[in-house]
Amino acid sequence: MINKIAPNVADAIGTVADGSTVLIGGFGTAGIPSELIEGLIAQGARGLTIVNNNAGNGDAGLARLLKAGCVEKIICSFPRQSDSWVFDDLYRRKQIALELVPQGNLAERIRAAGAGIGGFFTPTGYGTALAKLPSGEPKETRLINGRWYVYETPIAGDLALVHAECGDRWGNLTYRMAARNFGPVMATAAKHTVASVRTIKNLGEIDPEHIVTPGIYVAKVVCRASEAER
Amino acid sequence: MSIQKWDKAEVAQRVANDIFEGAYVNLGIGQPTQVANHLPKDREVILHSENGILGMGPSPPDSAVDYDLINAGKQPVTLLKGGAFFHHADSFAMMRGGHLDICVLGAYQVSVTGDLANWSTGNPADIPAVGGAMDLAVGAKETWVMMDLFDKQGRCKLVPACTYPLTGVGCVARVYTDLAIFVFTPDGLTVTATAHGLSLEALMRMTGLTFTS
Repeated sequence: MINKIAPNVADAIGTVADGSTVLIGGFGTAGIPSELIEGLIAQGARGLTIVNNNAGNGDAGLARLLKAGCVEKIICSFPRQSDSWVFDDLYRRKQIALELVPQGNLAERIRAAGAGIGGFFTPTGYGTALAKLPSGEPKETRLINGRWYVYETPIAGDLALVHAECGDRWGNLTYRMAARNFGPVMATAAKHTVASVRTIKNLGEIDPEHIVTPGIYVAKVVCRASEAER
Repeated sequence: MSIQKWDKAEVAQRVANDIFEGAYVNLGIGQPTQVANHLPKDREVILHSENGILGMGPSPPDSAVDYDLINAGKQPVTLLKGGAFFHHADSFAMMRGGHLDICVLGAYQVSVTGDLANWSTGNPADIPAVGGAMDLAVGAKETWVMMDLFDKQGRCKLVPACTYPLTGVGCVARVYTDLAIFVFTPDGLTVTATAHGLSLEALMRMTGLTFTS
């Protein structure tokens, strides 16, 4: 019998090798997989590359992972926030590498990895400072039907941490409102995708028409036992 | 005659008046967000938020705030009847794919050829952050800019060529400012309205640029 429901976060995350790339969902207050980030900190892997829209807020969650010195590089669209002091300090002291990616390119590069696409040409960023590789070399460009495009490569993860709403033992997931954000694309793009859910449903209880992430993409589902009922 | 500048609400009102019935619109963070408050009540406009919302409604009363329902500026919002949620790759696909009619953005500078600079001042001491600015700039069918025509130091923000790092090349269709409204046409930059007391000749003298009307 397939059973992707994990008894706890540590079991769900399992072993994470040093140097892994971890995709972490969330945008603003919505869809941050806080319990899973805590689990990653507890797991103790170092030299991580983190992919997230931001670079941590305050002192908890992703900021705590950064502060613990576990992160070598962050790939994100918007690191600078009013409360991103942990990242800001590490960046200014050159203790962390930053790859800044326009938000839509970030989502699409992750999607490409999950869909087996070897990169894509996008108009976003053409003619800007972000049409450069981390090495400083210009990215490949191409004129397609009279418009200039920039070649962008896929971003795959070893691990994805996703905040969902409902899940079942096959790993099918639903999301809630704008907490969906990066979750469904990140779930497709990692070798090991872990989803935290508010509610575990029996198989068949989630309307098949409402499943956003089919279980094929998901390795483990863990219930947010601590979350207060809304 | 003294020039009567438009205040921010008046500029937002002018942008709102130009958004047509049935338009799909993304309002950028900051001043453009205010346009939502000025949309004519009898006009149905569907607002898009890049974090996966179509049919975004106004901010809720404090008692109804839901932190799973926020806009791109991370402020609580509501969902109108008929609204939809979708993931980030779809959200930017509808933008990049040219399905949004209009996006309204702020700017540091706009060039006379429609280049936009609004994501970085280029100061090496600043931590860079881009968000969805570059995707929005080139994605919507039309990109409209709202900005003061002059910065706090009195420098014109409509320039022959941007000196700040570019967000997009040749992507701006219109610029709404406190002194005039500019529209990019195949024949060049056209002024469609000026503040009371400001002539086209005076506007050209102030900006050092040439426009048609």
